[in-house]
Amino acid sequence: MTSTKRMYAVPYFLWLLLFVAAPVLLIVYQSFLGINGQFTFANYTNYFTSATYLEMTVNSVIYAFIITLITLVISYPAAYVLNKTKHKQLWLMLIILPTWVNLLLKAYAFIGIFSTHGSLNQFFAFIGIGQQQILFTDFSFIFVATYIEIPFMIMPIFNALEEMNPSLISASRDLGANSVDTFRRVIFPLSLNGVKSGVQAVFIPSLSLFMLTRLIGGNRVITLGTAIEEHFLVTQNWGMGSTIGVILILAMLLIMVATGEKKRKGGEKTR
Amino acid sequence: MKKRVKWSNFYLLLVFIVLYLPIFYLIFYSFNQAGTMSQFTGFTFEHYRTLFADTRLLGIVLNTFMLAFLSALLATAIGSFGAMAIYYTKKREARNAILSLNNILMVSPDVIIGASFLILFTFLGLHLGFSSVLLSHVAFSIPIVVLMVLPKLKEMNDSMIDAARDLGASNWQVIRKVIFPYITPGVIAGYFMAFTYSLDDFAVTFFVTGNGFTTLSVEIYSRARQGISLEINALSALVFLFSMILVVGYYYISQGNLTKKQRKIRQEQSEVADLL
Amino acid sequence: MRKLQTLLIGIVVIIGVLFFSARYLEKNQGYASDNIVTIYNWGDYIDPSLLKKFEKETGYKVNYETFDSNEAMYTKIQQGGTNYDIAIPSEYMIEKMIKSKMLEKIDPTKIIGLSNINAQFLNQSFDPGNQYSIPYFWGTLGIIYNDKFVEAKDIQHWDDLWQPALKNNVMLIDGAREIMGLALNSEGKSLNDKNTQDLEAAKEKLTKLTPNVKAIVADEIKMYMINEESAVAVSFSGEASEMLDSNKHLHYVIPSEGSNLWFDNMVIPKTVKNKKGAYAFINFMLQPKNAAQNAEYIGYSTPNEKAMKLLPKEITSDTQFYPDQETMSHLEVYQNLGQKTLNEYNDLFLEFKMYRK
Repeated sequence: MTSTKRMYAVPYFLWLLLFVAAPVLLIVYQSFLGINGQFTFANYTNYFTSATYLEMTVNSVIYAFIITLITLVISYPAAYVLNKTKHKQLWLMLIILPTWVNLLLKAYAFIGIFSTHGSLNQFFAFIGIGQQQILFTDFSFIFVATYIEIPFMIMPIFNALEEMNPSLISASRDLGANSVDTFRRVIFPLSLNGVKSGVQAVFIPSLSLFMLTRLIGGNRVITLGTAIEEHFLVTQNWGMGSTIGVILILAMLLIMVATGEKKRKGGEKTR
Repeated sequence: MKKRVKWSNFYLLLVFIVLYLPIFYLIFYSFNQAGTMSQFTGFTFEHYRTLFADTRLLGIVLNTFMLAFLSALLATAIGSFGAMAIYYTKKREARNAILSLNNILMVSPDVIIGASFLILFTFLGLHLGFSSVLLSHVAFSIPIVVLMVLPKLKEMNDSMIDAARDLGASNWQVIRKVIFPYITPGVIAGYFMAFTYSLDDFAVTFFVTGNGFTTLSVEIYSRARQGISLEINALSALVFLFSMILVVGYYYISQGNLTKKQRKIRQEQSEVADLL
Repeated sequence: MRKLQTLLIGIVVIIGVLFFSARYLEKNQGYASDNIVTIYNWGDYIDPSLLKKFEKETGYKVNYETFDSNEAMYTKIQQGGTNYDIAIPSEYMIEKMIKSKMLEKIDPTKIIGLSNINAQFLNQSFDPGNQYSIPYFWGTLGIIYNDKFVEAKDIQHWDDLWQPALKNNVMLIDGAREIMGLALNSEGKSLNDKNTQDLEAAKEKLTKLTPNVKAIVADEIKMYMINEESAVAVSFSGEASEMLDSNKHLHYVIPSEGSNLWFDNMVIPKTVKNKKGAYAFINFMLQPKNAAQNAEYIGYSTPNEKAMKLLPKEITSDTQFYPDQETMSHLEVYQNLGQKTLNEYNDLFLEFKMYRK
C-alpha cells in the first residue's frame, strides 16, 4: 500500500535531493572556505563581529517586514473582493498578468514615473505641490517592492478564500452572527493558511531583493540579497556570500516555524 | 449593502490601476519618436518595425515562451504529487522538515541558486543549453506549486477518500477521481505561478545557459549596459497584449465548456461532500 | 479532471507550435555545427551589421552571446559547458584569467593588422607583449556634468565633487575600485594603492562626500543624466559619450591629477573550438574600416590608429574621449591587487554605502 502510494512522489523526492539538498550542502561547505580555499570559520566570525553586516541584516529584516505588512494589508481586501466578483478566475489571472512583463522594464517604467522630471512630479507641479524627490527614497523603494510582491500575496489568499465552504458562512449567518462576526470568527481563521503561504512567499524574497535596491533605492537600502550578489559577482568571495546565504536559509527556517502549523487542540487530525 | 459592494469594486479597480500603470507607461512610450522613455515627442511605429526585422530577438521570444510553458508543466506535475506526498506524511516533524526543504529554493537569492546549479551541472557533466535551463526552471518552480496545492489538500474532506476506498477504489483511482478534481484550482494556480517564475527569471538562467540558448530576460539585462531601446518596449507591448488575449480567450473557452448541467453536478458533489 | 485534461492538451499543443516555429527560425538562419564562431561579448557592444558582414566575408556563422559583468562571464567560462571562441573582457579580468590559465596564447603570426593599433595601448601591464589579448575598445573614468547646473571651471578635479554647492546632486557608479580609486587619486595616491592606512583614509574622505551623493547606481546612470536627474555623475567614458549624444548640456571631464584607464580586449578562451574562426574574427575587427564603423556605432574610443583616420575629425579631436598626452600620462590601469586587498576595497566601499543610511 505505502509503496505504491509513494511511487508518484519519486520525482519530487529526487528533486529534493538533487536540487535542494545538494546545493544547500554545497553552500554550507563553501561558507567554511576562506579566500584561499582553506577551511576556516573566518567568514562566520567576520559576519558576527562586523557592525556593518549586522546593521545590514537588521535593516534588511525591517524593510522586509514593512514590505510584507503593506503587501498583506493591500492584498487581503483585494483577494476578498476578488473572490466575490462574477468572473473571479479571470480577474485573478489578470492580477498575475503584469508579472509577466520583465522586471527590469517595469523598474525603468517606475524610474520614468518617479524621476525629477517624471510624470508624477509633473502632476505635483500641476497641482501646485512642486517638485519632490521621490526616487531613491524609502518610499519609492517600498512602493515598488510592494508592487512586485502583491500578486504573490493575493494568489494564496484568494485560493484559501475560494475554497471556503459557503455553507459555513450561511450557517454562521443562520446562527445569528452579523457579517463582522462572521468575518472575524469564520472567514478570517479559515483563510489563515492562505495568509501564511502568502507571508512565506513574500517575506523572504523581500530579504533578498537586490536589483531594486540599486535601481529604485539608489543603493541607499542594502539588503542581504545585495550583499550576496556583490560577493558572488563582484568580489568573487563565494565563501562570504555563502555564509550570508546560510544565514538567510536559517532565517527562512525561523519564519517557517513561526508561521508553520501549530499543534491542533486535541492532537493530530486523524486520517 | 449595494453601496458597499460598489466601494469594494472601487478598491479593486484601484489595485488594478496601480498594477497596470507601469505597463501602460511602457506601451505608451513604445510609440515614442524620441527613442527614450522620458520625453514624448511624437508618434511612430518605427520601434515595431525594427523589432520585426530582428529575427534573433523573435527567436529568443519563442524559446522563452516554450521554456515557460514546458517547465511550468513539468514543475506542476512533480509539485502536485509532491504536495500529496507531504500531505500524507503522517509525522508532523517529518512533514515540517520536508516543507522547510521545499521552501529553501524559494528563499535563496537567485544568484546562489544559479551558481550552485551551474556547479551541479558541470559536476554531472550536463551540456549547458536548453536542457540545463529547463531543468533549473522546473527546479525553482516546484516549491511554489507545492505551496499552491497543499492548502487545497488540507481543505479536502478525508472522509470522501475513505468512502472511495471502502467502495474498493485503487490508489490511482482515488487520485484521479477524488483528489485531482478537488485540487484542480490549486494545480492551475500552481501552473500559473510556475509559468510566471519562469518568465521572470534572469539570474539563474544566466548562469546555467550556454551554447547559444538565451531567454528574453537574459537578453534584456545584458542589453541594459547600452540603455534599453524602445524595441524592447515594443516587444513587451506585443507580448503583453498577446498574453492578455490568451488569458481572456482561455477563460471564455473554459467557461463555455462547463455546461450548466456540469456545473450543477459539481455543486451537488460538493454539497454531498459537506454532508459526509 | 476534465478541465485539467483540456488544459493539458492545450498547453502541449502550444509547446509544440512554439518549438517548431523556433526551430524554423533557426534553420532559416542557417546554423550548421562546424562553421560556428561563438562570441561572448557585452550586450549591444558591436555594430550588428558588422556581424553580418563578417558572416558574409568568411562564411562562418556567428553565435553571439552576451554577459553583463566581467565576473559573471568569468564564472561561465571557468565552468565550461559552452565552446566560446572569442570573449571580450576588461583588463583586470584578463589578468585574472591569464593567472587561472583560462586563455589561449595568441599566435602572432596568425594576426594580421596588429600594427594598426596605437602602440601606447599595447604591451600593458595586465598582458605584457599582448600574448593573450588584442585591444577592442578603451576608455577612462571621469566626471559628467550638466552645464545648466555647474560651470565648467567649477568641476575639473575629483576634489570638486566635495563642494557644498553639489548637495544631493552627485551620482556615483556602483564600483568599489572606481569610487575608492577616485578618493585615492584625489589625495595624490595611486588607485592601485595597497596600504591599509591609505584605504581607511580614502574611506573617511568618502564619508564626507555622503551629503552630496544622490545615488549609487550602475548602467542607469546614463538615463538619469540624460534626463537631468542629477547635476554631476562619475562614470566611464563610454557611457559618457552616449549621454553627450543625447543631451547637449552634458560634458565629460577627465581629472588631470589621475584617473583610471580601462581596456576591453579580445581574447581566445581555453574553451575555444573553432580557432580558425576566432583568428578570422580578430583580424576582421582589426581592419581599420571595420574598427572605425564599430567605434562610430558604439561611441567608445578605438585603439586602432588607422581607424581613427577614417573617423570624422570632430570625433577624434575631442579631448574628452581622445585626451592629450599630458592627461594620458596620469592615467593608470587597474592592477590585480590580490583577493585580500580587493576584499578590503569592497568592505570599505560597503561601509561607505551603509554609512549613508
